[in-house]
Amino acid sequence: MVSNTVDLNAKIPNNVGLSDDVKLQRALEKWLPSYLEWWNDMGPSDFAQKNVYLRTAVSVDNDGWAHYDYVKMPDYRWGIFLNPRQEESLIRCGDDAGKAAWHEVPGEHRNALRRIIVTQADTEPASVEQQRLLGHTAPSLYDMRNLFQVNVEEGRHLWAMVYLLHKYFGRDGRDEADMLLERRSGDPDKPRILGAFNQPCDHWLSFFAFTMFTDRDGKYQLAALAQSGFDPLARTTEFMLTEEAHHLFVGETGMDRIVKRSAELQRLDPNGDVRNQGGIDFDLIQRTINYWYTYSLDLFGGEISSNAADFFATGLKGRYREDKYEEHRALGGTYRLPVVEDGRLSERDVPMRNAMNEVLRDAYVHDCERALRKWNRTLEEAGSPTRLALPSRRFHRHQGIYADHAFDPTGNLITKDQFEQRRHEWVLTPSDNDYLLSIMKASHEPGKFANWIAPPTRGIEGQPIDFEYVQLRD
Amino acid sequence: MDASPQQHPPVEFETDPSRYRHWQVQYDGAIAKVLMRVDAAAGLRPGYELKLNSYDLGVDIELADVVRRLRFEHPEVRTVVVTSGHDNVFCAGANIFMLGSSTHAWKVNFCKFTNETRCEIEDATANSDQMYVAALNGTCAGGGYELALACAEIYLQDDGNSAVSLPEVPLLGVLPGTGGLTRVVDKRKVRRDRADIFCTTAEGVRGKRALQWGLVDAVFSRSRFEQEVAKKAKASAERKVDLKPGERVGVKLGPITPDRGENRRSYRHVTLSWDPAARTATITVKGPSEGDVKLVEQGGAAIHAAGDQLWALRAMRELDDALLWLRFNLLDTGLVLLRTEGDAARVIAHDRALFAARDHWFANEVLLHMARVLRRLDLTSRSFFALGDATDSAFAGCLLELALAADRFYLLDDEDVRVGLGPLNFGALPMSHGPSRLSVRLAADPNKVQELREQQELMGPEDADDAGLVTVRLDKIDWDDDTRVAIEERASMSPDALTGMEANLRFVGAENDTSKIFARLSAWQNWIFIRPNATGPEGALSLYGKPQRPHFDLNRV
Repeated sequence: MVSNTVDLNAKIPNNVGLSDDVKLQRALEKWLPSYLEWWNDMGPSDFAQKNVYLRTAVSVDNDGWAHYDYVKMPDYRWGIFLNPRQEESLIRCGDDAGKAAWHEVPGEHRNALRRIIVTQADTEPASVEQQRLLGHTAPSLYDMRNLFQVNVEEGRHLWAMVYLLHKYFGRDGRDEADMLLERRSGDPDKPRILGAFNQPCDHWLSFFAFTMFTDRDGKYQLAALAQSGFDPLARTTEFMLTEEAHHLFVGETGMDRIVKRSAELQRLDPNGDVRNQGGIDFDLIQRTINYWYTYSLDLFGGEISSNAADFFATGLKGRYREDKYEEHRALGGTYRLPVVEDGRLSERDVPMRNAMNEVLRDAYVHDCERALRKWNRTLEEAGSPTRLALPSRRFHRHQGIYADHAFDPTGNLITKDQFEQRRHEWVLTPSDNDYLLSIMKASHEPGKFANWIAPPTRGIEGQPIDFEYVQLRD
Repeated sequence: MDASPQQHPPVEFETDPSRYRHWQVQYDGAIAKVLMRVDAAAGLRPGYELKLNSYDLGVDIELADVVRRLRFEHPEVRTVVVTSGHDNVFCAGANIFMLGSSTHAWKVNFCKFTNETRCEIEDATANSDQMYVAALNGTCAGGGYELALACAEIYLQDDGNSAVSLPEVPLLGVLPGTGGLTRVVDKRKVRRDRADIFCTTAEGVRGKRALQWGLVDAVFSRSRFEQEVAKKAKASAERKVDLKPGERVGVKLGPITPDRGENRRSYRHVTLSWDPAARTATITVKGPSEGDVKLVEQGGAAIHAAGDQLWALRAMRELDDALLWLRFNLLDTGLVLLRTEGDAARVIAHDRALFAARDHWFANEVLLHMARVLRRLDLTSRSFFALGDATDSAFAGCLLELALAADRFYLLDDEDVRVGLGPLNFGALPMSHGPSRLSVRLAADPNKVQELREQQELMGPEDADDAGLVTVRLDKIDWDDDTRVAIEERASMSPDALTGMEANLRFVGAENDTSKIFARLSAWQNWIFIRPNATGPEGALSLYGKPQRPHFDLNRV
């Protein structure tokens, strides 16, 4: 498919000197056909030949990172970009904070870095796989376009990570890059590495919750890696954050539009019964929040983690906005953590470095709380008495120190039996999914929206809401 | 936290399935499934959690019990599948926090015990037609992979995530402590350059590469894993084996709990007593009674019927328990005096009858067990002096092995004292590196061994001395003073130097995999364990899981 470097250079917008890098060219020449094959197999189904109004990053300049035009997804130009740096890069945290950053992989940290990159990289194709059928039930062309934008950018994020593997990790890196195309979300034999990325995402409520909560984990992981002492990783992830922001926008506003619409239907119905009006009732929305928020909390890793301590100490992974901290070694302090001991909750002081996953999770939780306040304001403005809430971070966990215990949504320790008895009240159930699938009928007319979701307040890049964001007609 | 035994109740080694916290065994005809499901909250000592199927001494005491009971209580089992009862993790190895917080002596004793258990697994595969296979249904690191290495075959789940690894060097600055390095290159014959990569890559090797490098014997996808392992187990259980005759009914191993007195543990046939001031202990083994001999002379079926009350089994189980108890709970006891009581001629008669019945599976198991206990004695890092000072001492046959295992054998020059060789002294109870203790002792004169084999009769002290069996022969007048001085002198020397010296002198002759494992353990691992790069305040093991990073003294020694 790609036979020579001229093709490669034209196809792949980049600021990493691809045209002069024989090693990288060789690696990508081999990987690119496999990637396209993966995209055809596992990318959005049945829409390959349609024009989609997409944003493409063609350079890192102000006017280059967001170039809008119609493009067919397989022709999307997946580029490789590092955020430019004016000043010399420094290691920003840990024992070597303040020293010059690494521009090549230090042998000492090779395995840890590879693991960090592979774990991050694995989430990118995973979400594309999880979402591949959603195009068929899009509530509008506007939403369909957003879905595809998210998909192609997850694809580009995979490219960004594969670039690091190819460029800096030699043969092992190439093997890992190949493996990224072999694992499959939800496949019992070759699952994706992290749990949330193997959960089914088969309707749009899950899609919005996923982009709201799970992609938001991605934002915090990327932000922590943007503080890395390994300069290419820091600059790559910095650039990815600009795209990730759009995914979060899709999720947060998508949920907000559903909330808004449900409040309208609640008011409309004589009994306040949203479902009676074909909408999504608030209990179901709450269960969706509970489900995806908690699976996403798992992604931050163990509350007490020697890996987290190592990654911070070695300067491979910082805190969210490390530059806002005055002290970058974090060697002395402790973090107070609720733990289960002798069958009840008590508090334990954990060395700060070992609690770095929890520190990052704090920033994430804080951000999610802000979004919840926003949705509740929407409810208030719509005159609805209902309010939504985030469950306790101990609730419904599958990783970390709370995973072996059961908690109710407010964080009280309960028995596993008690949890099972009320599970259907608290997290998404198969019958929820059945109902959601029953109302998810495609709405393909420009400017038209499915009954269960409100239109957005504005369109993409100054275009009207009834713009033909995806040209479905041939 | 300090896991040294001084601050804690003594460690006891007796257990039984009703008390297991960490293991479950499912029996299905000729196949047994041993499920590792470590209870994280049930560590032997406080201060660490046994997460991810990591283990401590308590977990391994149960495993040793599982392995032993499988041989005696379930002779119908041909194939033992070792697998994990937890999702996504087979076993994370020895608990690092336990190791990091333990004393040197605890680590060394822990590693030795776990090694002996791994060797028992191999012994069961080789000698009892119980083939162990490891079904790695999740990640398998360090001691977890070493447990798998002790099995005859290893199957790994191929899910893009499950790996086998020996992360000790890159992660902890120590060595794999249960024979991992030796078994990778010597047993599995993994190419040594690949082994070099494997042993320095903390995350290990997955799937097809693990298979290609010979680190595992097969890989199966996750959805087919259980089914394929079951298929393998079935084929293995149906393999053609030349089973020893005898009714294949298991023999239950009942308790052997001793009476505990002040500075004394008294079992039925064995007594362990100790003198804290002198830092010496005495182990006395009573020989078989006339009734015991008569019973054994009736042959295999009668021996089988006697079950766990059989002298040869019971006495050796007691000796085993006494040795283990001594190792972990009497740390400053440097010298152990070995004594025997009974009738030398009777021991020989007993051995003859037992040896004659060795084709019966149970008699065979009793002999194999006896050999293992004696190997535990060889591998115990205390000085041993055998004292044949009473006219009823019975250093003959299997009990002469105690004297041959000892570092010195003092014998009273009295015409009523008898020493004797029997059929068990010529290879039936091999040392861990293969040869009999007698051939090791007479390494300079192999013909002498042959000559003694043909004689096989009771000897007086002088003849025993001439035969090379006795270290020092003393008459009544010299006995008390000379032995007292020898004991006091021994107790005064550096325990470390003595441990090293004894380990060098005891195992004369060529090495095998097992002896390499133990030799390298005591020489390298135990040295690394006390080096600052591992256990100093800035050592990798000390700082594992802590916020600080290790710093190495980069000079090669």
